[in-house]
Amino acid sequence: MKLNIGKIVMVVLLGLCVGFGGSEMMKLRNFKEPVVKGPGVTGMGKLSDYFPKLKGTWGDSDIFFLDSGKPGATALLLGGTHPNEPSGVVAAFTMIENATVDTGRLIIIPHYNRSGSTATQPMADYVPYFSIKTPWGKQTFRIGDRLVNPLDQWPDPEVYIHYPSKQMLSNVDARNVDRTWPGRPNGGLAEQVGYAAMQLIKKEKVDWVVDMHGAELLYPVTNCMVVPDKSAVMAQLAAMNLTASEFEVHVEPSPSNFHGLSHREIGDFSDAYPFLLESPDPFLDQPTGPKTEALEMDGKDEFLLVAAKKGLLFTDYDEKGSSMEKRAGRHVTIVEEISRQWNDQFPDKPISFTSPGFDEFVANGIGPYLKDPAAAGASNVALE
Amino acid sequence: MSVVITLVYYLICVYTIVFIAWNFIKTKDWQKAALEIVVILPFLLRVLRMK
Repeated sequence: MKLNIGKIVMVVLLGLCVGFGGSEMMKLRNFKEPVVKGPGVTGMGKLSDYFPKLKGTWGDSDIFFLDSGKPGATALLLGGTHPNEPSGVVAAFTMIENATVDTGRLIIIPHYNRSGSTATQPMADYVPYFSIKTPWGKQTFRIGDRLVNPLDQWPDPEVYIHYPSKQMLSNVDARNVDRTWPGRPNGGLAEQVGYAAMQLIKKEKVDWVVDMHGAELLYPVTNCMVVPDKSAVMAQLAAMNLTASEFEVHVEPSPSNFHGLSHREIGDFSDAYPFLLESPDPFLDQPTGPKTEALEMDGKDEFLLVAAKKGLLFTDYDEKGSSMEKRAGRHVTIVEEISRQWNDQFPDKPISFTSPGFDEFVANGIGPYLKDPAAAGASNVALE
Repeated sequence: MSVVITLVYYLICVYTIVFIAWNFIKTKDWQKAALEIVVILPFLLRVLRMK
């Protein structure tokens, strides 16, 4: 009798765990981030426009077109490739809402890995959201998983074999959209997303691509641009200019024998020049305090500070931290600097645009550059 | 092919849930019952497509 009562209690506890835990997971899965179409936005599309098989799936990301109407270069900006590195998403949102394009065209995908943005990483124990204060309230963003949500692609293989190189990679990288370039139409969702993006790059004749990431401070490839040989001159000149005038950034070469990454495959399988940006994100490091919203926003951590004093980090770090303003601002300002270098290299095919970036975000915060969706009207708001 | 494999894995999950639930009902050891309740949770979340 006692055992039966105990079992009933256990089943009730199980129901509570499934109910409360599951409702939080369902909430994140369906949480929408409003983005106001700014003055530069001239159209919207979806990845399924380039690969219809994605239609109706969680991999069918929104695409924003900012077309000056004047002939010039086309640049593609990717945010949220790894949704647990959200500075790229914030940078993309601010550009969609504020950028004006004078020459050429910008194409922005704020949540390239839309599926991955709807789940958190198992066992990682971090908050699923962060908010940015604005003059009209607060804008809340998801912090997703690095990988495609297993609800959308499961199970993982024993070994992930990259297509078409046949290189063997970690099994979970089958769900890593930065290991599945250039993709294939009959692969898993991550490969299909890569295939759709490659079709976009080819069909829209994209000239250069920037993939915006965050990286651990204890990881050598941080605070940098990762580029293949074809993009190296522009990246080096951009890094020199920015390091002299704004913030330190360096260039890392894209390994020619490491496959599936945007900085490798986009350049090899299309005419576009790829650039992958890594901003230093303390939230991603393991020896930190709790993974709170404050850590995501302020990037201040006492344990990383100790590591910095012992010379263990691969970038400068002090009591001021590595805030979202700095990280997202870096992305926008580096993109602007790449455009200047592009114009020097290819003066016959220019691109120019203006958007608030590093200086504005550090001085004023990001909030003033996020627009009120309620005031914009439903037709001017997209839900991401 | 991947769709078929996914379906097979969901069927394996359902089988595992039934198997654990049956053991939970039959066991007279409360420690085993508690263990089975903990073990069944992730399978339930997957089959219910929550996580």
